[in-house]
Amino acid sequence: MLGTAHDNPKVAALKEALLSAAITFLVMAPISGIVLKGYAFEADFTVPVYAALIVFVLRLAILLLEQNETGRKILVRLSPSKGGGVTVAKPGGVPWLRFILPLLFIAGLVLPFFLGKYWLTVVILAMIYVLLGLGLNIVVGLAGLLDLGFVAFYAVGAYMFALGSQYWGLGFWTALPLAAATAALFGGMLGFPVLRMHGDYLAIVTLGFGEIIRLVLNNWTSFTGGPNGVSAPNPTLFNLEFSRSAKIEGNIPFHEFFGIPYDSSLKYLFIYMVLFLVVCAMIYFVNRLRLMPMGRAWEALREDEIACRSMGINHVTVKLSAFMMGAMTGGIGGVFFAAYQGFVNPSSFTFFESALILAIVVLGGMGSVVGVIIAALVLTILPEALRDFADYRVLIFGILMVVMMIWKPRGLIRIHRPYFRVKGGKA
Amino acid sequence: MSEYLLEIQDVNASYGPIQALRGVSMNVREGEIVTLIGANGAGKSTLLMTIFGDPQASSGSIHYRGQEITHIPMHEISRLGIAQVPEGRRIFPGMSVEENLRMGTMPIGDTHQETDLQTMFAMFPRLKERRSQRAGTLSGGEQQMLAIGRALMSRPRLLLLDEPSLGLAPLIVRQILSSLRTIADQGTTIFLVEQNANHALKLADRGYVMVNGEIRLSGTGEELLANPEVRNAYLGGH
Ligand SMILES: Nc1ncnc2c1ncn2[C@@H]1O[C@H](COP(=O)(O)OP(=O)(O)O)[C@@H](O)[C@H]1O
Ligand SMILES: [Mg+2]
Repeated sequence: MLGTAHDNPKVAALKEALLSAAITFLVMAPISGIVLKGYAFEADFTVPVYAALIVFVLRLAILLLEQNETGRKILVRLSPSKGGGVTVAKPGGVPWLRFILPLLFIAGLVLPFFLGKYWLTVVILAMIYVLLGLGLNIVVGLAGLLDLGFVAFYAVGAYMFALGSQYWGLGFWTALPLAAATAALFGGMLGFPVLRMHGDYLAIVTLGFGEIIRLVLNNWTSFTGGPNGVSAPNPTLFNLEFSRSAKIEGNIPFHEFFGIPYDSSLKYLFIYMVLFLVVCAMIYFVNRLRLMPMGRAWEALREDEIACRSMGINHVTVKLSAFMMGAMTGGIGGVFFAAYQGFVNPSSFTFFESALILAIVVLGGMGSVVGVIIAALVLTILPEALRDFADYRVLIFGILMVVMMIWKPRGLIRIHRPYFRVKGGKA
Repeated sequence: MSEYLLEIQDVNASYGPIQALRGVSMNVREGEIVTLIGANGAGKSTLLMTIFGDPQASSGSIHYRGQEITHIPMHEISRLGIAQVPEGRRIFPGMSVEENLRMGTMPIGDTHQETDLQTMFAMFPRLKERRSQRAGTLSGGEQQMLAIGRALMSRPRLLLLDEPSLGLAPLIVRQILSSLRTIADQGTTIFLVEQNANHALKLADRGYVMVNGEIRLSGTGEELLANPEVRNAYLGGH
């Protein structure tokens, strides 16, 4: 680029790499090179220098590779995959899946016994995001309705459990179906006004909806506790409480009943088990649903609304059902979140959460269940693993997204639409 | 029961301030091929969509087999035995050819699904060769065949087609129109909207000519083909 025509190509490459490094340094220096110390600041350019060095080495490597035959071959292999989007699975399915699935299931069940308490909580959070991802996947991935306010239903579920126990003494097991139903109701409430909207407009309205719910939770102090939040009770198993001493009259703590010493990770172990089963049920359910008229109607609606309507699909019920099913899943996720944290407040339900869940669906490959699961695990466990780089977590997250979109623009897993045969007719 | 399978009486329809249909009356008898020709923007597609209730007729009435369907919502029309091959085909691009066809049985359930699928593959062998290919990757002519096949999967009594020849090579147009002939011979009534007046009028028993949202002329296919006004406006004066 910089080099003139008679420059040696190697020298030109060196020049360009130097330029890239200089630009990197200029951009990074003000961002991370200046450290606040009380009211003063001091310059510490180690990070920008490292960043510039990395850019220099990588850029130079790429440019030099481009200059010879083997190098180009390596680059081609690393470059983004092209090719058509959705492929359709062959009828009959994948044979080895029959063996892998039960193994994965058992692995999931025994996993928590090998984890310490800290990693157990991390994995629970990851599983909650798997659930949320699966829920939003129905709305965005399958039905093609861009929902930027999904966190609203998550909040509704969490608060349903916390407030329900505070005002009406609801337990975990009552709150679970109730929160699912309430969240579905909210899904319907959001669904009705936005039925006629598409794309950008739908996104804006759902974004607003998510914020409204959060603001109500924040400002209706007398009922929701406002920014101070509400505490959520520990879950129970047949009236056995997972706490040191029973909070509710007549309940016995789990550890006393079984005569084992109290261990606070018992609660997390229990939450993990229930959550794991719920997630498995959800995966099964979504996969079944895609083969049924309703699921197929969602996908058909995403592809062409007019064609659907003229083929007898009522777009109103189909869109509403997608919204409600997604919301319901979000609500269930909320209950687990409240039980896991033991406490909820509005700051857990900001737009960033919606964006994160959407990122999970998009990275997972819009509509692919396996992709969503992998993306959810990566996006929640990775930040924990990267705790040492705490300041740079969001940066790394952003870089990961950019890299993903360059390498795999259609998400981690290419959607492999299941092959279906019509059963039952009307949707 | 009235003498007509489809009877449209004095229908007006508009998109906001734009009046697209002005007092349109026309009819289709059972077993006929009827065509509607007209220039771009004449209101042909609007008329087809009005039968499907979107936009709804602001006045006038539409009867199908004696039953008034003017205000029936779009998704219920197909259950009455009317199928549509919409303008621009509107196949489901991400689904396979076979899945597209199977989606077509939505209005009637899957009782005849397997036999009908074989019938479609027999009628359009190219679709059979490409049965597990993504529909979005088909050529224009193949997509048109797919759209027709998908519509037929609901075993309609009345098939509405909106410009099936649009953007296709003459050879493919002839193939498509000859398959329409076959479909009609098997007992399906056809209402065909076309700009390609020459082909359409040769195929049809009767035709209507629409200009600016009004029916200007009507007659048998031969009459219209011989009509000097039609020849000038739609057949380039030959
Ligand atoms: N969705 C719409 N909104 C507003 N005006 C429309 C719409 N669809 C069609 N029109 C107008 O209605 C008239 C008839 O269009 P159309 O029925 O598509 O004509 P044709 O199918 O004969 O080419 C045109 O003037 C067109 O601009
Ligand atoms: Mg048209």
